[in-house]
Amino acid sequence: MEGAEHRGTPSVIDRYFTRWYKTDLKGKPCEDHCILQHSNRICVITLAESHPILQKEKRIQSINYQISAGCSRLQNKVSGKSKRGGQFLTELAPLCRITSTDGEEYTIFSCIRGRLLEVNEDILKRPNLLLEKPSTEGYIAVILPKFEESKSITEGLLSRAEYEDVVSKRTGENKEPC
Amino acid sequence: MVVEFQTSQHQCLANKIDITGQAMLPLKIKDRPIVRALLAAGCCARCVLRFCCVGLQSAYRQTYEDLATELHAFVSEEGDESNDTTKQENSEDPPCKKARLETVQGNSEGGDPAGVPQTQPGTDVDAAVSSVCVVCLGVLQQHCDKTFAQKVSEAVTAEGYQFDSLVLSVSLPAQLSVREHSTWLLVKKQVRDKGTCLGKDDVIQVKEAFKWIMNGLVSQELGVPVLAKSLFEVSVGFTHPETDGDCHFLATTCSDCFKPARNKLSVFTRMAVVKALEKISEDNFRRLFPCPPSRPSTGCTPQDVQCLHMSVFVAGRYNKFSRTLPQTPWVIDGERRMESSVEELITAPLLSSFRYEGFNFCSSGREDVDVRTLGNGRPFAVELLNPHRARFRKAEVRELQEAINKSSDKIRVRDLQIVTREAVARMKEGEEEKTKSYGALIWTRTPIEKDDIEFINNIKELELAQKTPLRVLHRRPLAVRQRLIHTMTASFLDPHHFHLNLRTQAGTYIKEFVHGDFGRTKPNLCELMKADTDILELDVESVDVDWPPAIED
Repeated sequence: MEGAEHRGTPSVIDRYFTRWYKTDLKGKPCEDHCILQHSNRICVITLAESHPILQKEKRIQSINYQISAGCSRLQNKVSGKSKRGGQFLTELAPLCRITSTDGEEYTIFSCIRGRLLEVNEDILKRPNLLLEKPSTEGYIAVILPKFEESKSITEGLLSRAEYEDVVSKRTGENKEPC
Repeated sequence: MVVEFQTSQHQCLANKIDITGQAMLPLKIKDRPIVRALLAAGCCARCVLRFCCVGLQSAYRQTYEDLATELHAFVSEEGDESNDTTKQENSEDPPCKKARLETVQGNSEGGDPAGVPQTQPGTDVDAAVSSVCVVCLGVLQQHCDKTFAQKVSEAVTAEGYQFDSLVLSVSLPAQLSVREHSTWLLVKKQVRDKGTCLGKDDVIQVKEAFKWIMNGLVSQELGVPVLAKSLFEVSVGFTHPETDGDCHFLATTCSDCFKPARNKLSVFTRMAVVKALEKISEDNFRRLFPCPPSRPSTGCTPQDVQCLHMSVFVAGRYNKFSRTLPQTPWVIDGERRMESSVEELITAPLLSSFRYEGFNFCSSGREDVDVRTLGNGRPFAVELLNPHRARFRKAEVRELQEAINKSSDKIRVRDLQIVTREAVARMKEGEEEKTKSYGALIWTRTPIEKDDIEFINNIKELELAQKTPLRVLHRRPLAVRQRLIHTMTASFLDPHHFHLNLRTQAGTYIKEFVHGDFGRTKPNLCELMKADTDILELDVESVDVDWPPAIED
């Protein structure tokens, strides 16, 4: 699904989605997220390729969708066309916490306002999907922004070009290796 | 044609035909005080007949003037049966018309029965002819004659419909029900005083009387039968702004009958008013509304004549040869994407023949904008709304099909035919159980050899669990659907491409089966091939729905 090698046509993501990024979430260096926005406004949240988990090829210890004592993203249920009942998320709402075997904990955030449609339960059984296919089968969650906010939710996000710029400056300055 | 209404008990007693061939009024002596009271209240001659439960249609069809004269003659005949009720009730014939010397009750001061105005409106024929009826507000007076029938017919003719029968429908202002109720209470009192009872259901409805008179007249003008049921409906409506306020008091007595709704212009709909009138007590009504009703100074205003022809359904099968043609107009943020659509290409050539005012297109499933539909095509049906012409010979339908096919090379239509509304339902029946065949061009990231795809041919009845694809999730519920791929055939093209034929259960999302949709369709072709695959082209090869029937050439 990703990449465009050996082919004349763009990949599924290139065909239907726009890539947006949020870098250094909550001030933590290099904890970058990618937001794939479909032309129908639905967003898929994934790790950005520059995220430490991918960059340092961490081994995953656990993935936890229980983000607080009272709230688990696994409890999320939506019904009907209008997706009633889904948890409503703001930009900094945590989606899950990923612990690597070296004891580091990474929190993945929503990055956008919207209704949570589903989280990826497959990565609980196969955590390696996160590393092997971070932008497709290793996605974290699917979020539906409000119709009226479908344009404005990406205002605080970086475009692909801006993101690449940020990442290249990081390695160029080599100030704080991730 | 017009079915004679044969229920009233009056039918059996006085269908006497006089020497001029005109029906005499089937009124009994005991009706006389009621007739007087109604005339005095300002009822028109036809409403008087209605409240006397006269079911003889020909009585209403006389000219209004003749009827008024006859009624006048009837009330002028002396006869006060008030002290002789039991005898009258049992008599099937109007009793002999011997003059009685007693003056009519309540009329004693007037004296002269030959039509003195003001003090005795009850015997005033002129008033009954000229003044607007307190009940029907003129509907059964000036809007119920040959002239009005001509006006209606001219309006219908101007619309240019083709029809071989019609049904006439009439819409009356809601306050007519209030006035009807008030007048009925008046009659009921009269009858009760005489010891008999009268059911409201026996009173002839304004609409009914209107149609008895008008159906025949309109039929004569237009030269087609006016029936109780027809595909072509001609509606006449009346309003009476002067008395619109008549209903308002009902809202205070029965507020729950009048709930505002988005699609209603006023809460005082006819149905709501009728319901409220069923609930209100007689005392309450009499306290809040004059009985008899007040006299209006103007008559009803007829609204524009509305014509409506029942929808025509045109069915067939279509091919779509373009990968840049959506099935229905594609609009995003009010802006049109792609210049045409399958439904427009099919319906536009039908416009000049059917002269429809709108359409609803439906089909057995639908394909994406970039998917072609080949083979025998996809069944479709289009409902043409308010067509001005609905009957076509088979040869004409074939010509229409040719016109569609000549108009564009992006689509092609076959088996075009006119079908019934019920038949269209067959297209949607068991849609999910049907089988569909597809052809797909597949790309693989890693190079393949012929043998690498051989295993695909051996897969039978593969069960998929498909989560609602992300690309449609914004407008469909999130669910996991079980779908079957019955068979697949893979043909090698080059190291990165092969052709895949699939026979699947309807409702299977093929694109998602191939690329996996973020792993949301399981299993998917990537999983089966243990390699990334993507779908570059997709064609629907057949939609196995055996409707509509094939048309022989």
